[in-house]
Amino acid sequence: MSKTNLTRRGVLKSGAVAGAGVALPTIFTASSAAAYTNEPTGASVTLGFNVPQTGAYADEGADELRAYELAVEHLNGGGDGGMLNTFSSKELKGDGILGKKVEFVTGDTQTKSDAARASAKSMIEKDGAVMITGGSSSGVAIAVQGLCQEAGVIFMAGLTHSNDTTGKDKKANGFRHFFNGYMSAAALAPVLKGLYGDDRKAYHLTADYTWGWTQQESIAAATEAMGWETVNNVLTPLASTDFSSYIAPVLNSGADVLVLNHYGGNMVNSLTNAVQFGLREAQANGKNFEIVVPLFSRLMARGAGENIKGIVGSTNWHWSLQDEGSKAFVKSFGTKYGFPPSQAAHTTYCQTLLYADACQRAGTFNPCGVGEALEGFEFDGLGNGKTLYRADDHQCFKDVLVVKGKENPTSEFDLLEVVEVTPAAQVTYDPEHPMFAGGQLGSCNAG
Amino acid sequence: MLGLGKKDTSLLLVVVALTMLAPFILNPFPSDSAMAQFNAGYPDLMQRFVIFGIFAIGFNILFGLTGYLSFGHAAFLGVGSYSAVWMFKLLSMNILPAIILSVIIAGLFSLIIGWVSLRRTGIYFSILTLAFAQMSFALAYSVLTPLTNGETGLQVNLDDPRVLGVSATADGSIPVTNLFGLEMRAAYDMAVGPWTFTFSAGYYVCALVMIAAFYLSIRIFRSPFGMMLRAIKSNQTRMNYTGLNPKPYTLAAFVISGMYAGLAGGLMASMDPLAGAERMQWTASGEVVLMTILGGVGTLIGPVLGAGLIKYFENIFSKINDTVLHSWFAFLPDGIEDFFVSIIHPFVGKGWHLTLGLMFMLVVTFLPGGLVEGGQRIAKAFRKKEDDKPKSPSTEPAE
Repeated sequence: MSKTNLTRRGVLKSGAVAGAGVALPTIFTASSAAAYTNEPTGASVTLGFNVPQTGAYADEGADELRAYELAVEHLNGGGDGGMLNTFSSKELKGDGILGKKVEFVTGDTQTKSDAARASAKSMIEKDGAVMITGGSSSGVAIAVQGLCQEAGVIFMAGLTHSNDTTGKDKKANGFRHFFNGYMSAAALAPVLKGLYGDDRKAYHLTADYTWGWTQQESIAAATEAMGWETVNNVLTPLASTDFSSYIAPVLNSGADVLVLNHYGGNMVNSLTNAVQFGLREAQANGKNFEIVVPLFSRLMARGAGENIKGIVGSTNWHWSLQDEGSKAFVKSFGTKYGFPPSQAAHTTYCQTLLYADACQRAGTFNPCGVGEALEGFEFDGLGNGKTLYRADDHQCFKDVLVVKGKENPTSEFDLLEVVEVTPAAQVTYDPEHPMFAGGQLGSCNAG
Repeated sequence: MLGLGKKDTSLLLVVVALTMLAPFILNPFPSDSAMAQFNAGYPDLMQRFVIFGIFAIGFNILFGLTGYLSFGHAAFLGVGSYSAVWMFKLLSMNILPAIILSVIIAGLFSLIIGWVSLRRTGIYFSILTLAFAQMSFALAYSVLTPLTNGETGLQVNLDDPRVLGVSATADGSIPVTNLFGLEMRAAYDMAVGPWTFTFSAGYYVCALVMIAAFYLSIRIFRSPFGMMLRAIKSNQTRMNYTGLNPKPYTLAAFVISGMYAGLAGGLMASMDPLAGAERMQWTASGEVVLMTILGGVGTLIGPVLGAGLIKYFENIFSKINDTVLHSWFAFLPDGIEDFFVSIIHPFVGKGWHLTLGLMFMLVVTFLPGGLVEGGQRIAKAFRKKEDDKPKSPSTEPAE
């Protein structure tokens, strides 16, 4: 290496020159002219779709992404317009949002809080996304919701069913269309009573994270209120693939109902194990042994195959619904992709439309304005009947479907039948309900 | 300078220049061009580059010098993150106490794990550290939920005490992490023509810490202590026979690298106040091994380069989706466009692991010394051309 002569004076001099050089362009740029984080100034607006593309919930993630792309197409005036035509609010004209063309970026949450936050951060910092949506796990949704609150963008939650998302971890910038564990329990309990009687002993297997815990708590509370007894609750790691060792003790526990608080690949595996152990044919306490899966989806039903027949659960939406909104959505999704959408696809599609509509009504992309437009918003025509976005906790209140695995499916998609549509009033709870208490929305953050 | 040899000084200056000018170097493409996809100069990713750089530098002190391959280093990173977030919850949002605590806790934790694991060498040591790390992960994930908030991850809330700070700001939101008032998320955008360069306070704090960590690692490498660690790597039996006990040296190296990991964890939590259990999973431990090997084991700058490369792939390649691909090949006729997109599709987006795997395979096969060896070969090729010219004969000292 050649000899360099570093003198104190020389270093100071060159440092001052370099500093001035770096500072010079700042004179010409107006510092922080934007009123809020990522204010769209061009002819387009960017939305961030953050879904699991790998991991246990990858199937749901892929379907969510399809729905997002469809929603963007409809917002920009492409396709047949889908639910834009049936939506009760007629603000959206198919020319983007507030006249700006909708563009999007995607990211992989890997079903991990850390990766999800990294991906969301890059969307906000690099791509200038003004809204983040997605997530197929409550843990991830809560983590990303916290991030969006800090960064000052809106978070439209995707598939997240934990009470905590709009309970103790609720945030002013976060909104959830999907239903939650409490609603599932409130809708299921009367149906379970009608089917299996009020003298049952339940054994819970629960996925060991926020969603599993809150759903188990809700189901146990609702079933105990009608006379059931909870024998045991066993927590299983989310990463488990074989549940034999958890299923084996169930038969000798004195229980006669098994409640599987599992979702996605977990539920497919635990149900298959339970059926292999002969639980469905078993008798306990002089009654037929029954299995209940509180949160169902068509993707899971397909994974579980034969085993799903006759099993009762609840769902946010099902493609066989016959209202105008659902029919329009199933038609445009089916035309584009060749198969019907899942409940994950439905909720993410709705969230995108609801966000776009709120911007349109507020006349701005400012998170505070959009939040105000969403709070207390009542709408219809998105497949769930009359729905309210409650201002107290940013949770949607709508009818809940109780479904059952079909005994004689006519196609590979026709796996669930709707047993009962529980009206929204029956699943509505007080915002200060003990299962949801402890959190505060805080104030909206525009960055 | 600073007690370093000439070569080390210039290496340190190169690292200083690279980190200080990173916002320019990482954003080579105008922000509205198609190539902007490959820009990596946004705060979050730049912070990750240097934080994982620190993590890998620390890991290299253990693996590169003593040859002990730890498969559980992520546990220390995780412990560091949790400690830092707890400081944010209980004490204040100032990052200094948080980082100090995370280094101390990670040091204590690594002392315990190291004390047990270092009873064995080779593969048994690796398995022991792996077992400890997985245990920590399982504990953080479920058993210790009150302490770690399980799968959701530990977050700061509005109702945390924060005895030296405020629970909530005047407008009702959670205060942000800061260094004596300098907010970590503060950033300044500089527009120069079509380019946009972002200078983030958080990044520069991390970068300064990394330069300090890098300097410390050079000093360790060149110290008698470092020499002793190398002796352990080359022949431990011989060391025993000469009457030296290697255990205190390995344990010290283990604790130092554990503290580096804790520092990285604390910084990570300072930039984004959340600590998730998956930070401690074995895949995270494996990642730092990959970073070190990819960059060059036992070299000073290798681990930093490896960390940068892996994080670049994870954050940039994973975001190239089909829509982006189609826009790249839009100039081609439809059939050929679809053909190209379908060929590239498996390697980008969710397939970024595949690209990284191929890359890793190529590096290990053709450049066993990692990226640093690649750089040396290129440098040598250039030097050879210069050497063709006749030069005055120089005297080489005998070995």
